[in-house]
Amino acid sequence: MYLLRMVLKNAFRHRLRTTLTVAGLAVAVLSFGLLRTVVDAWYAGAASASNARLITRNSISLVFPQPRSYQARIRSVEGVAEVAYSNWFGGIYKDPKNFFAQFAVSDNYLNLYPEFVLPDDQRLAWQRDRMGALVGRQLADQFGFKIGDPLALRGTIYGGTWEFVVRGIFDGVDDTRVTRQMLFHWDYLNETLRKGAGPRPDQVGVYISVIDHPDDAATISRRIDAVFRNSLAETLTETEQAFQLGFVAMSDQIIAAIRVISNVVILIILAVTANTMAMSARERTAEYATLKALGFGPGFLALLIVGESLAICAIGGGLGLALTGPAAEGFRQAAGNVLPIFNVSNETVALQAASALAVGVLAAIVPAIQTARVRIVDGLRAIV
Amino acid sequence: MAVPFSYAARNLWARRVTTLLTAGGLALVVFVFAAVLMLDAGLKKTLVSTGELNNVVAIRKGADTEIASSIVRDQAAVIELYPQVAIGPDGGKFASKEAVVLISLTKTGKDKPSNVVIRGTSANGFALRPRVRLAAGRLFRPGSSEIVVGSGVARGYTGTRIGDHLRFAKRDWVIVGILDSGGSAFDSEIWGDVDQLMQAFRRTVYSSMVVRLADGEAFDRFRSDIDVDPRLSQEVKRERSFYSDQSRELSKFINQLGITLTVIFSIGAMIGAMITMYAAVANRVSEIGTLRALGFKRREVLSAFLLESLLLSLIGGAAGLAAASLMQLAAFSTTNFQTFADLSFGFLLTPEIALKTLLFALTMGLVGGFMPAVRAARMQIVDALRAS
Repeated sequence: MYLLRMVLKNAFRHRLRTTLTVAGLAVAVLSFGLLRTVVDAWYAGAASASNARLITRNSISLVFPQPRSYQARIRSVEGVAEVAYSNWFGGIYKDPKNFFAQFAVSDNYLNLYPEFVLPDDQRLAWQRDRMGALVGRQLADQFGFKIGDPLALRGTIYGGTWEFVVRGIFDGVDDTRVTRQMLFHWDYLNETLRKGAGPRPDQVGVYISVIDHPDDAATISRRIDAVFRNSLAETLTETEQAFQLGFVAMSDQIIAAIRVISNVVILIILAVTANTMAMSARERTAEYATLKALGFGPGFLALLIVGESLAICAIGGGLGLALTGPAAEGFRQAAGNVLPIFNVSNETVALQAASALAVGVLAAIVPAIQTARVRIVDGLRAIV
Repeated sequence: MAVPFSYAARNLWARRVTTLLTAGGLALVVFVFAAVLMLDAGLKKTLVSTGELNNVVAIRKGADTEIASSIVRDQAAVIELYPQVAIGPDGGKFASKEAVVLISLTKTGKDKPSNVVIRGTSANGFALRPRVRLAAGRLFRPGSSEIVVGSGVARGYTGTRIGDHLRFAKRDWVIVGILDSGGSAFDSEIWGDVDQLMQAFRRTVYSSMVVRLADGEAFDRFRSDIDVDPRLSQEVKRERSFYSDQSRELSKFINQLGITLTVIFSIGAMIGAMITMYAAVANRVSEIGTLRALGFKRREVLSAFLLESLLLSLIGGAAGLAAASLMQLAAFSTTNFQTFADLSFGFLLTPEIALKTLLFALTMGLVGGFMPAVRAARMQIVDALRAS
């Protein structure tokens, strides 16, 4: 108890310096947490993807389509329960900066995605309207879409202006689901393509199959690909999770850079805190020597310094942790269209606390050892 | 008379450990700041050098990329015959009709594939882009299943050496050469014969078309002519702006990420500088009193401490910049969100970036050192001299 009081008194002797150090620590812990959350957000799509769904695409690359007729052939592969399909539409809503994902999907698409919840009456209304579109809750909130609203997109892959009517708004079953997307009838796309020039009709971007046993994913994937071997459109089938991770891997160097930088910020604050502790210890050389002369051992002095450092880091780290929640919320509102899922994970919180603790200990090691070692006579004689 | 410069320099030397720690913190911030600017400069250089001055790209209206674009053969013939299009080295129109698709290849050391642009082109395609040279091997023979790969592709992907076979579109394609275009976006592409590739991919339409204008001034006229031509559904862009438009989102992303990071980090580093300078002032109260008693004015004491802080930040800035300049040896590759294809580019240190970085470091020193310096300058001589 006595030691704790002494530690706190020491910590706040230089009020300005301690306040600055605490502020620096809070900023560092906060930005460390936010950067880690950015990386997590990048993986959010893959993390919530299912292992019980397989994605079949053209083996050359994702931009090549597959014939519509593949649905029935994939359906007949042993182990596949249901097959849906979708095309990436890539339309622009008013301005390119309003980017969001749009998929032309088969009618049974939502059966395969139980994580998207849509009221029955809205689903019925959507099925009855060929131009009907479904929008996710996050998307509806951002642009203020309401049921019955008309919605026009300018096509980039499929040229021209495309008109839709919002017939339903779906929610995610929990807040880890990305619902910043729009779904509409594949048939609407296909019938329009049949009328005009542009890309060929009856082509599908990816097939999504639900399998009975996720453990058999690898076997079933091979079986599906074997069906189409040596055809004009050979396929590549993988689990939805692997498919999503493929997207993440495309920007892996950016993610790696963010990871490195999130550690650099801890190094910066370590330098600042170590500096504070070194200065404090040096200023108090004579004082610590007096304590030694009074009979306190080197262990006690080391404890005093480490304790002070830990106290500063606990306050700074605590402040940073407390600010992380509101800051993440602000970030989500500012950059929601890029990273719609922005939740601070428990692991991040634990790492934030651990790094504050580590900074506290590391910053105090050198001054603590020096103080513990200094001879009483030299310490008393020292001029600051 | 000003306080001598050596006073500031020797003070920093006297407290080496503190100076080192503070400068180290500053250096890390400066490093991140410079690295981000260099990455953006590298990206810009890659895409600007991809375009030739008088080259013009035609793509379908509304398609932002070559992948999404299409040009029917008849339309290609119409565009080619416009009078603004120059005459090529072979006596025909100086134009290249190209088919551009993406194939996925596996990056070296990874198990996940990335998308690589494969461009079907012709002899004119090379003539239109004089920067594209053969680094090794030979060019593909027209009418054969041969391809040449960009130097970035050869470096970054497995199975892309001369003599290797790539299997796609039901054919084996032999790599016969490696292209080098001096760091432009073509280094991240694979080139082959346009007719062979269209045949293999069962394409009946071209993706895009590149033409050389006889006179660069004629571009505006050319563009408005194409816009109103009822036979065409294409638009034309200067090759340079076409490629820089394609990287706008990526460049914006890199910039925003970098600026956010450096602003946050610089707060930490400025706090570090402030702590150091406050301590420097606090430790030297009687020294400051002596300086004042000797006749140095408040203004001079203020500038002496500011100078010390600036010097500290300059050390940190120079160290950070030196570390960042080493990044020029590293290559960077990522998927361009707009084209969906992998693009490799480097870090580029320009004199402008070096200047910006040092100014940034000095600003941090100035902000961090200002309040402590004011405190030093405002001390009363008597009180300061009396301090223990």
